[in-house]
Amino acid sequence: MKIHNTRGGRIFDAANYVFLTAIGVITLLPFVYVFAGSFANEAEITRRAFFVWPEQFSFASYEYIFSTPSFVRALVTTVLVTAVGTVVQLIFTVTMAYPLAKRNLRGRQLILSLVVFAMVFSGGMIPTFLLVKELGLLNSYWALILPAAINPFSLIIIKNFFQELPAELEESAKMDGATEVGILWRIILPLSKPVLATFALFYAVGIWNDFMSPLLYLSDNSKWTLQMYLRQVTAASDLLGTGDVDPNYIPPAQGIKFAVIVVATLPILLFYPFLQKHFAKGMLIGSVKG
Amino acid sequence: MAAPVIETKAGERVAPVAPAPRKRRGLAVHLAHYKWLYLLLLPGVLYFAVFRYAPMYGVVIAFKDYVPFLGINESPWVGFQHFQDFFANPDFGRLLGNTLILAFLNLGIAFPLTIVLALLLNEVRLSILKRTVQTLVYIPHFLSWTIVASLSFLLFALDIGPMFHFINGLLGTDIDFLSDPAWFRPLIILQEIWKNTGWGTIIFLAALAGVDQDQYEAAIIDGAGRFRRVWHITLPGIRSTIIVMLILAIGQMLNTGFEQIYLMTNALNRGVADVFDTYVYFVGITQGAYSYSTAVGLFKSLVGIVLIFGTNWVAKRFNQSGLF
Repeated sequence: MKIHNTRGGRIFDAANYVFLTAIGVITLLPFVYVFAGSFANEAEITRRAFFVWPEQFSFASYEYIFSTPSFVRALVTTVLVTAVGTVVQLIFTVTMAYPLAKRNLRGRQLILSLVVFAMVFSGGMIPTFLLVKELGLLNSYWALILPAAINPFSLIIIKNFFQELPAELEESAKMDGATEVGILWRIILPLSKPVLATFALFYAVGIWNDFMSPLLYLSDNSKWTLQMYLRQVTAASDLLGTGDVDPNYIPPAQGIKFAVIVVATLPILLFYPFLQKHFAKGMLIGSVKG
Repeated sequence: MAAPVIETKAGERVAPVAPAPRKRRGLAVHLAHYKWLYLLLLPGVLYFAVFRYAPMYGVVIAFKDYVPFLGINESPWVGFQHFQDFFANPDFGRLLGNTLILAFLNLGIAFPLTIVLALLLNEVRLSILKRTVQTLVYIPHFLSWTIVASLSFLLFALDIGPMFHFINGLLGTDIDFLSDPAWFRPLIILQEIWKNTGWGTIIFLAALAGVDQDQYEAAIIDGAGRFRRVWHITLPGIRSTIIVMLILAIGQMLNTGFEQIYLMTNALNRGVADVFDTYVYFVGITQGAYSYSTAVGLFKSLVGIVLIFGTNWVAKRFNQSGLF
């Protein structure tokens, strides 16, 4: 479209471009600072109020955290819980979505209504906590995975995707004597790889970033995940009114905080190109349905 | 005693007429035919029964005096006692005030900023710039609140944070952003803006792409400038999206984001920081008042439901398309 641009319009455009560029840079600044700081030595961090490039590169902060057993344990725990949790949550979601995609299955409408109802209403923090406690899952990593095993939004989007796959594929497989499970495994899942990858990412980010579940369900600090560790490292002890930090606690050096933040952020940034592409699409699908 | 007899009688009378056996066989055949599908369905159904519906049943403890060793069913009923206690508690007014102030700051600042950012991005015709800015402002959405809080602790730290130095250099005053209660709300809103404004533009940008382009050309011919086109064409064009997002935001008003608030709460700012969600945690989990805190949570959910239906009704009254 050709737009006749007036002088005022050109000034607006220039101002807008400068402003938006500034917004983009400001959004990124906290990160650049932390990233640069994680490679600087403690003296430089103390001396320079703000910098985006260290004068002297130092890996001391990383050497320190990777030789700290509690950090390494939290990191390994988080990687494992995220990996296992993503697989478990994806299995739960896919096995439920597939039968619900069959229009002639009896009871399907009832189950779908109950799923939608659960999207709107929930028991809340305390009843869910008591349930997890009753099930004996306190201080178990399953408490970080099972209560969120199926995201109702993801379930419905995957179900809709299965529904739209051509029915002929299944019919021909049935003629060859394949069972429903065989069809799901050999025909449906290979066709759904991009969709499943998207929701796997969705679940993985959810578990990796989760702070509330470990806070509620893991009181044993030898089981803490990275987010809990990060919380303990970066919150100055005198500011905590929650009593979860010991009074003799000495705040770690700044560089160590920087390095822990970088490690906790890195996986998200590595997957960011995929996240941006697929989540934006997912958000729009969700809004169209809603 | 009377009711079961009638039921039995009715059952006896109805039974010979209804084709019950055939129907039952039909169901059995259906189940047998689709046994694999039902088997696949089982884990998911169990998940919803255990982790979604059992806690909904667990809400009854709001009306009971829950004693862990007695269990939910055996604990004695107390009616609305916990609700009465909560409303009579001075905490109630403070929590409601804190929650509402944060909610209105969000609705009044973060929500319009999202629309403004979307409008500004929409005016950009240099697609490389538009895509780059979008890529940058979406990033914080994917970071955990723990990271956002940690970044805030580092940036705003007393004596050592870059923001502390910046303000000190600019105004010459020392501000203790992290423990001064007056700075709690600005920090929360700032975090919210940094984390979610960019991501929030996606929906509005999609709506903006759907605005009829011919109208702009007509407006240009009529001599309408940039701002008048935005005011008279763009904004009315995305009005229904704005209203739907506003209804959703108002419905979520009392959900102040447990993780964010909890992470920024400390002994010095509890007075302004406590909101319903974190109060439920502090009273319920750390102090063990399970029934009372469940009542608080239930109260919050009910108000939330009233808010979402109420806003939807108001939107329809004003002849706008509601959410449902």
